[in-house]
Amino acid sequence: MNEISLPRQNVVSRVWNDKEARSVIVQIVTVVLVFGFFAYLIRNAAINLEAIGKGYSFDFLTQPSNYDISQHFIEYDSRSSHLRAMTVGIINTLLVAVAGLALATVLGFFLGVLRLSRNWLVNKLAYVYIEYTRNVPLLLHILLIHGVIVHTLPVPKQAINLSDAAFLTNRGFFTPKPIFEPLFWIVGGLIVAGLLFSLWFTRYAKKVQDRTGNHYPVFWINLGAIVGIPLIMYFIMGTPITWDTPELKGFNFKGGMVLRPEFIALWLALSLYTAAFIGEIVRAGIIAVSRGQTEASYALGINRGRTLSLVVIPQALRVIVPPLTSQYLNLTKNSSLAIAIGYMDIVATIGGISLNQTGREMECMTIVLLLYLCMSLVISAAMNWYNDRIKLVER
Amino acid sequence: MKLIKSAALVAASSLITMTAQAGTLEDVQARGELNCVVTTGLAGFAAPDENGRWEGFDVGFCRAVAAAVLGDGEKVKFIPSTGKTRFTLLNSGDGDILFRNTTETLSRDVDLKLTFLPINYYDGQGFLVRKSLGISSATELDGASVCIQTGTTTELNLADYFRVNGMNYEPVTIETNEEGIGNYSGNRCDAYTTDASGLASTRAALEDPSAHMILPEIISKEPLGGAVRHGDDAWADIGKWVVNAIIIAEELGITQANAGEMAMEAGDNPSVNRLLGTEGNMGEMLGLDNQWALRAIQAGGNYAELFDNNIGPDTPLALERGLNASWRNGGILYAAPIR
Repeated sequence: MNEISLPRQNVVSRVWNDKEARSVIVQIVTVVLVFGFFAYLIRNAAINLEAIGKGYSFDFLTQPSNYDISQHFIEYDSRSSHLRAMTVGIINTLLVAVAGLALATVLGFFLGVLRLSRNWLVNKLAYVYIEYTRNVPLLLHILLIHGVIVHTLPVPKQAINLSDAAFLTNRGFFTPKPIFEPLFWIVGGLIVAGLLFSLWFTRYAKKVQDRTGNHYPVFWINLGAIVGIPLIMYFIMGTPITWDTPELKGFNFKGGMVLRPEFIALWLALSLYTAAFIGEIVRAGIIAVSRGQTEASYALGINRGRTLSLVVIPQALRVIVPPLTSQYLNLTKNSSLAIAIGYMDIVATIGGISLNQTGREMECMTIVLLLYLCMSLVISAAMNWYNDRIKLVER
Repeated sequence: MKLIKSAALVAASSLITMTAQAGTLEDVQARGELNCVVTTGLAGFAAPDENGRWEGFDVGFCRAVAAAVLGDGEKVKFIPSTGKTRFTLLNSGDGDILFRNTTETLSRDVDLKLTFLPINYYDGQGFLVRKSLGISSATELDGASVCIQTGTTTELNLADYFRVNGMNYEPVTIETNEEGIGNYSGNRCDAYTTDASGLASTRAALEDPSAHMILPEIISKEPLGGAVRHGDDAWADIGKWVVNAIIIAEELGITQANAGEMAMEAGDNPSVNRLLGTEGNMGEMLGLDNQWALRAIQAGGNYAELFDNNIGPDTPLALERGLNASWRNGGILYAAPIR
């Protein structure tokens, strides 16, 4: 080592040994590498597409799709555009995701409570259910439920008849479809008014309670406002809903509404599977609230029900909500397994048939990717908002 | 220094042009194995037998190409594909050639960047139904649930057919033929639709084939053929002429059994001589040797043999030659001459 190179070495080693400088360098290098990697991939794809003479264009979206989709909630036929087919797919995905989230949440909370039950049998049954469900791949649940529906339920001609209004077949569950007459919209208006009233009343009751300590039977009053009054009005106006009942015509039932086996299988499988995970999250959340909290509440003379709703659940939710968010995300993304049984969701429409008939893989996959990303971000944002609302307010 | 740099540059650029020019033929020969894209399993056309060996009509063409190019019909790696993945597998380079009941259409040819080989099976889309339904025509299918395989021309034909005839239906879209059979046999669907040849295969695989029938209506033209990637004409030529050679062999009466004998020495018929390489240099023009067609024929026989052994009247599929008879026998199978 000579005397000239010594200070130079020192500069390098000094910078490297400086914790902050080092972390900046490492971050810069990481960012460059990550961006470089993706730039390389994108460039590669662009060159390869160029080489086989395929451009990157979304023009095909306005062309007629030329295929039919069985479950569509907006006007759609084979002359509609690929864009419309995609919209049908988005609606179908949202439908199964929302229905799945609702059922999974209810079932999950139920399971979580059962797991904490002191009744040995109930506790163990919930335990066995959770362990079985979450240790079998979701795809198998979907295929199993679909197979059971298709192979065990009768064909339309031997449909299980539920009092001539609803029919259970392996082509789906047919129910009467309500047709709303103009007068019904008064009832609808009353329901909305009831909802607004209950929002206001809940706040008002809380204020009164904070001030005076008296509490109103909020639940029953709200129920009366939202359900009771509209129901009375509905009968006064002479039941302004007529029903379009399904009838067996030719091969299938016509009229009414139908839940197809594909939807039912996907919905049940997603809900039952995710509920098992949610059950464990709920159990963990409740256990996390220390026993002392409950005892303190009892000591203050607060009854069991209000202890649960005012002391235990708010604190448990703080533990439950963050992992619950990721379960919600999982459920939504898992709905893409729909393709296995032919439920026409995003992946099956724009990412499946449209992709195939137009040969626009890159474009279609980009769309599918962005759609799932948007849905996940919306769910995350909503859950984060909720989490912020319920978290411990520090004063 | 400059010299070394420029030399390296030249070497690098020549390497690039070389790799760009190296065709599929060279790739296949260097690999010593042909990657052939087939179905995930359609009895009679391409499906593994009980020993795991791939057998079938499409498989026969794969083996013929491998025999012509590599000298051995066994040197094939079969790549199973769904209706959806087949073109991607071919275009990404995972497959060299595709024989998978694939309908030639303009958009596939032009937009999906494929080059189609000669048509080796003239087909059309039909309907498979239970006899117990008591219908005899596809025009009575109004309101039916129809099972259909996704990613095929059939779902487009189906939509058009029901639309033109003013009928409604419930499409039950499935991913593979196996799932389709599952749904159909579970009575999720009243009818199963695909190419008539595929229906024959599906029907043969059902528990009681005699309880099912194929409706007389054929609702589309489905010319089925092999395909290769767009842009490698030399490789496309090889595929094209192997298929033609198999068809011509039937016309000339050359079979798997007698081909070797007939190729021993040049005979009286110049057509036979040219095909079997005892005269002319047809194989060299293709970039192969002159026994290319001989090996292709010996791999699985001529067109008639491939047809009869895999899908013909004596097989479970029991398909008649029909349109697929040689033009000499009233069919439309007509291959360009090798000369």
